[in-house]
Amino acid sequence: MFFVGCDVGSLTAKVVIMDEERIVAWELQQVGTSPGDAAEAVLAAALSKAGLARNQIDCGVGTGYGKAWIPFVQRTESEITCHAKGVRWQIPLARTVIDIGGQDAKAVRLDADGKVVRYIYNDKCASGTGRFLEVMAEAMEVNLADMGTLGCKSTCKIPISNQCVIFAETEVVSLINEGREIPDIINGLHHALAGRVASLARSIGVEQTVVMSGGVAKNQGVFQALAERLDLPMQAVEAFDPQLSGAVGAALLAKNNYELGITN
Amino acid sequence: MTLTAGCDVGSLTAKAVIMRDGRIIGAQVVKSRAKPEISAKEAMAGALTAARVALEDVAACVGTGYGREKIPFVKEVVSEIACHAKGAKWLVSSARTVIDIGGQDCKAMRIDEHGEVIKFITNDKCASGTGRFLDVMARVLGISVDELGRLSAGAKQPVTLASTCTVWAQADVIKYLNSGIAVADIGAGINIAMANRVAILANSVKAEHDVCMTGGVAKNNGVVQTLAQLLGRRITVPRKADPQLAGAIGAAIIAGQL
Repeated sequence: MFFVGCDVGSLTAKVVIMDEERIVAWELQQVGTSPGDAAEAVLAAALSKAGLARNQIDCGVGTGYGKAWIPFVQRTESEITCHAKGVRWQIPLARTVIDIGGQDAKAVRLDADGKVVRYIYNDKCASGTGRFLEVMAEAMEVNLADMGTLGCKSTCKIPISNQCVIFAETEVVSLINEGREIPDIINGLHHALAGRVASLARSIGVEQTVVMSGGVAKNQGVFQALAERLDLPMQAVEAFDPQLSGAVGAALLAKNNYELGITN
Repeated sequence: MTLTAGCDVGSLTAKAVIMRDGRIIGAQVVKSRAKPEISAKEAMAGALTAARVALEDVAACVGTGYGREKIPFVKEVVSEIACHAKGAKWLVSSARTVIDIGGQDCKAMRIDEHGEVIKFITNDKCASGTGRFLDVMARVLGISVDELGRLSAGAKQPVTLASTCTVWAQADVIKYLNSGIAVADIGAGINIAMANRVAILANSVKAEHDVCMTGGVAKNNGVVQTLAQLLGRRITVPRKADPQLAGAIGAAIIAGQL
């Protein structure tokens, strides 16, 4: 039996193929102009990695911003449900999931059984999403992927006073002109982002175990800053790329659906 | 025959005004430098030259704006809100609501017949609804902010910018450009988005007749007209002096009352 979960976000499309127990293959690609094409492309790539044919997939679930355009799934589910499901699969004790993506951030609180109790979402303001770091990386001419490592070299954290991405960008440029160290600026930026997301999460109540997922979870600096801001230990998703938690959850739901006989 | 002066050091520009008997005899707008004291000195020097007077001749000078604490030659500093209210009242004597859109902020206030502030709200946290929003969009379109303002007039079907956030709206504008939509329609959509955001501030102070608009963005006709439609009220843009000078004018008037 094979199940597919597909998460088409605004920036990236992710697909995960699972058998009854494990992840068999996954793929992540940028979304171009068509979410449907992006979904097809990631599926094709993952199928070829797994050495599977399309008709060997028994059931599929789609999620994310572009879920309506995914041609090969029988059902769609909310991102919140899928992310929670994916995270709980690896960390069964997770009660709070904080996900920072490229264009949004969400916090989800779960009960002991993994049912969603409350959630909150920010996709209105770029500050408090991965985009904040992306814009700052460009302004500093630093690789986005290197931000975490660079920030951890910092010896002093420079407070960033502007919340707005546009205003903070100007602030960063003046800090560079003042001759401040790039790692210290980055450290300040990590804390600024973490502060923003921590208040989002606190607004729905944070309970342990806290798990961070989403692309930004790969940034060690933000991860540590968020734990510090929440004043709680945090866990990271390690069994799979933290950007995949929505797709993993979708694949697990596809398996559930199949077992319940919901295949159309 | 007392001379008074006002100096308004904003985030993007510094303005100075010299007044004699309630009339402007010299004014200057300069781009802000890295240090507010330098911007203030430059603006004041320009205004003094235009007025053909010396700083020693000025009885009192009041400072205002974001960099007001750093201005070396002022007798007192006064809040931006108080100065803008007085300045707007001087520019448009019937004004009861003032909407001031600066380079990095937006203020809406209701004032009484003496130019005293009754209620006000400021946004300086979010670039959306400030001059910065228009700057960013004009740069994406590769035109000046003035040109952007004029685009509304030639639009047939203005686009909708769904996001308030400048960053997301910028991405939308790039998408529209790439899909070949007429620049006039995109520009008009930008001006509408800007006006929508400002209208929220204006409505929260319950805009009343007469509505006057000051600050650099008052020179953008596209935004002014769209905002007037949204508020359902005529908006007066000052003709007596550059609307960008409102804060400095108010400061000079307050300097005369010290």
